[in-house]
Amino acid sequence: MRPILLQGHTRSLTQIKYNREGDLIFSVSKDKVVNVWYSHNGERLGTYSGHQGSVWTVDVNSTSTMIVTGSADNSAKLWDVRTGRCLKTWEFKTAVKRVDFNEDDTMVLCVTEERMGFSGTVTVLAVNPNVEASQSDEPIATIVNTGGPKAVVAGWGNLNKYIISGHVDGSIIQWDWKNNEKNLSIKPHSDLITDIQFSPDRTYFITSSKDKTAQIFESESLAHKKTYTTDTPLNSASFTPKYQEFVIVGGGQDAMSVTTTSARAGKFESRFYHKILEEEVGRVRGHFGPINTIAVHPDGKSYSSGGEDGYVRVHHFDPDYFKFKIES
Amino acid sequence: MAGLDLKNIPDREEDIDFSDIYEKHTINVDDDLDTIVVVDGAPVVDEAKEEKLMSVLKKLFTKSAGEIKESGMWMPMSPNDKGKIESKGYLFIDFETPEAAHAAVKNLDGHKMSKTHQLSVNKFTDVEKYTSMNDTFVEPEAEEYIPKEHIRSWLTDEQARDQFVMYRGDDVSIFWNQKADTPDHVYTRQNWTETYVQWSPLGSYLSTFHQMGIALWGGPSWSKIVRFVHPGVKLIDFSPNERYLVTWSNDPISPSKIPEGSPNPFSEYDEGNQVVIWDVKTGALLRSFPVPQSADAQKTVRWPMFKWSASEKYFARIVPGQQLSIYEAPSMGLVDKKSIKIDGIVDFEWSPAKADQSDSKIIQKEDVLAYWTPEIGNQPARVTLMAVPSKEIIRTKNLFNVTDCKLHWQSKGHFLAVKVDRHTKTKKSTFTNIEIFRVCEKGIPVETLEIKEQVLAFAWEPNGERFAAITTSDPAPGTTAGQGAAPVTAKTAITFYYLDTSKAIAGFKPLKVIDKKTANFMYWSPKGRHIVFATLRSSSVFDLEFWDLDFEPLSTEGGKKDDIGASVQLLSTQEHYGVTDIEWDPTGRYVVTGSSMWRHTADHGFCLWDFKGQLLLKQNIEKFKQLLWRPRPKSLLSAEQKKKIRKNLRQYSKVFDEQDLAAGDANTAQFIAGRRKAIEEWYGWRKQCEKKLAEERKALGKELRSVDDGKSETIEEWVEEVIEETEEIV
Repeated sequence: MRPILLQGHTRSLTQIKYNREGDLIFSVSKDKVVNVWYSHNGERLGTYSGHQGSVWTVDVNSTSTMIVTGSADNSAKLWDVRTGRCLKTWEFKTAVKRVDFNEDDTMVLCVTEERMGFSGTVTVLAVNPNVEASQSDEPIATIVNTGGPKAVVAGWGNLNKYIISGHVDGSIIQWDWKNNEKNLSIKPHSDLITDIQFSPDRTYFITSSKDKTAQIFESESLAHKKTYTTDTPLNSASFTPKYQEFVIVGGGQDAMSVTTTSARAGKFESRFYHKILEEEVGRVRGHFGPINTIAVHPDGKSYSSGGEDGYVRVHHFDPDYFKFKIES
Repeated sequence: MAGLDLKNIPDREEDIDFSDIYEKHTINVDDDLDTIVVVDGAPVVDEAKEEKLMSVLKKLFTKSAGEIKESGMWMPMSPNDKGKIESKGYLFIDFETPEAAHAAVKNLDGHKMSKTHQLSVNKFTDVEKYTSMNDTFVEPEAEEYIPKEHIRSWLTDEQARDQFVMYRGDDVSIFWNQKADTPDHVYTRQNWTETYVQWSPLGSYLSTFHQMGIALWGGPSWSKIVRFVHPGVKLIDFSPNERYLVTWSNDPISPSKIPEGSPNPFSEYDEGNQVVIWDVKTGALLRSFPVPQSADAQKTVRWPMFKWSASEKYFARIVPGQQLSIYEAPSMGLVDKKSIKIDGIVDFEWSPAKADQSDSKIIQKEDVLAYWTPEIGNQPARVTLMAVPSKEIIRTKNLFNVTDCKLHWQSKGHFLAVKVDRHTKTKKSTFTNIEIFRVCEKGIPVETLEIKEQVLAFAWEPNGERFAAITTSDPAPGTTAGQGAAPVTAKTAITFYYLDTSKAIAGFKPLKVIDKKTANFMYWSPKGRHIVFATLRSSSVFDLEFWDLDFEPLSTEGGKKDDIGASVQLLSTQEHYGVTDIEWDPTGRYVVTGSSMWRHTADHGFCLWDFKGQLLLKQNIEKFKQLLWRPRPKSLLSAEQKKKIRKNLRQYSKVFDEQDLAAGDANTAQFIAGRRKAIEEWYGWRKQCEKKLAEERKALGKELRSVDDGKSETIEEWVEEVIEETEEIV
């Protein structure tokens, strides 16, 4: 089907999230605006305005009542999805690069940037799921990778047992967040990790990296499961939860070098790999800048990609997609 | 001791100033024997002529070597049998400097003073060395015979596959071509070379470049066969039959700079030279040459500097604008001891034909080379064919309004095509003539093809009588854009020519013209017939076109037999994004197009095509640099044997087809099994995970909130909007 083009941002996209039911898409961009859209027709439902800087990240809780956003204005904000009201602003010393709700919507983690002498942290904050209740200011835990490379992405493991963070040098660390201790540490990528996305039950996750690969690991042991090798730096990787065992990865040439080569050299396609066989099965083109973020509808019937070009493209899969079967 | 200061007597012995004593007793270092040479073979003269001879010799040695010390010449004179005082035919010369003595040995040893008198000049110290040699002959110890590896073992491959070398990142690897399958890996070595790799022309050796020189590798174990020490070597060139190797380095040779302990093939005679010729089999240095100093001091080195005749008996080079030097191999001496002065000479090419009667069509009994000179003053530009070693001019052709010439020999040496870039009288526009010398006909007739447009590329069909030319009407075709600037893709046309022998006077005629292309490079299959046109060095177009010149149309409908161009058929048009290099395999079955990191910024890797232009394999390889097919030596089969094989091709191909099929089946089965295993493993692991998670959940008392699986309801809302309502009264 023809993709739906969501033209609501004036600058490059930074993250897209579907809510649990998949009827809403939340998109954030460097233009300081948070947008929410109907996923089936691309109609904009509303915006959440209040951030003073580029919005780097967004996450929605499982009941679709609240979203949390992190921004370059050194704050994370909690919003009421329905009314667009800002429920809480947490101030940090540096920009917030990544936020993630835990399974029970009671906590949120914020990855903060290492800058101006402040070390990068992964801060855990308590969230009261009640929209009307007041939110606490004090973080529950603050993880600092002292002396090590800064964290750029992070997410909750299954059952909130640990936090898994991806780092600027390509290493992945599993944290016992309650005690601020490292459980496990590996270095599977050779360059910056750009995205980390978990399976629905959070027992495994996929990382994408500038080293042109995406890899799957088990949350519990950080055991390496799969590798998808491409020919371009990757910015995002996502699973398809149903119908097909695929992963979708996206990226492309660095935004700064795009103008020096032809569009074809950019490789701005989203690529589909068979999750188990690690083979490429297809590509979807359309963006004219690198893809910054990819999200798949929780029912596996559509996916969205957000690019440096400022557009979100919502793709509903064709009937052929569901019939596809790999020979084995 | 005037300088002695009693108040200041040094305390220790070391502090005493001995300089005045040293000064008094200095040894005259100039008495060093290094400055003395012994000259033998001088004429025997009596006292009357002594002075004259001395003055002649003095003049000669001062001019060719250097300053001689005052009264530094001594010729012993003594009475002969008849009591007459005579010289003995030898003399001693003491030079001012050892360098001059060295130059005397270098320049005047073997100098002919007259027909009967040849000087032999030796260093005094050398004479001493040789006289003190042991007179008894010591038999050199016979070296133990070490069997060498079969350097052509790759040709015995059962499936007659071809090898190629790939250079990527720091690794150099050898592979077997496996058609559509991943190439079969043979051998890899990290940092095998420092700059690039090169095959020898018959494929026996792989040469690698190192700071200290060149190494040749080969045989089934890929061990080092021979090494040539030449520091800073940048360019190499093999003679056609791999007997000799020519190397060039930017750094002049200086034997003293080679660290001690490492092999040093150079002597003082090689000092300052930059080009060396080696014997490939023994690894011995045959001769070193300086780089010719031409008037216009070209910064870029001409390579190959030495061009070899097909017989490998002669090799030659030019000093641009001045002379042509033809040398003999293996003696490495100049033919007739002198170069041929040719004013203005720009370039030359040897005919690839061997003058050994192996080709009945070749009428010349000697090797032939062609050179051209531009217009100088009133003299027109001229292309000359010369036989070697007799240096007889066998044909010349004058040309006018010439800006440039390129000499193209047909691969058998039957024809020489000279691509002449000419300018109009106003010098505003250029056009091209192609002058074709029919070398294998009596008198060597020349045919001129006038082409209105500029010819960008020209190539003979290997072993054929056809050629292709790419022309453009674009006044400034973008093939040679400056650095950084993306070349503009010019519109080009491709023309095929053939030798029409149907008329009384045979002549080259266009076979087919193909218009409106962008191709600027062409690559004939080494076996002829097929050709690939490509658009290279462009930033936006990466077209590849595969053509067949002997295509047989399935049905000759209408019976248009006259259309000679009908056999020229486009097989397919393809594209390889970022293509920089194209290479046919030596059998003419496959084409590799590569995108090298040396030339292109992204998408490095290579594509393997068959001659029809069908993509067999595409590999993206990070830091891909170079891919070279291993050349094959000439077939040992005679023409009749080949014909026979061609006749029974079906029979032979049956065997190969069966093999292919069997291998294909086995591969597929293995592949599918591998997939099944991967899938089973994954689901096994998932099941385990899910079970564990469920247990943990239970223990924690957290029940999974189920997402409404498949229960999602679709609510369709129909909204009708009245846009406009008009009432019409009927």
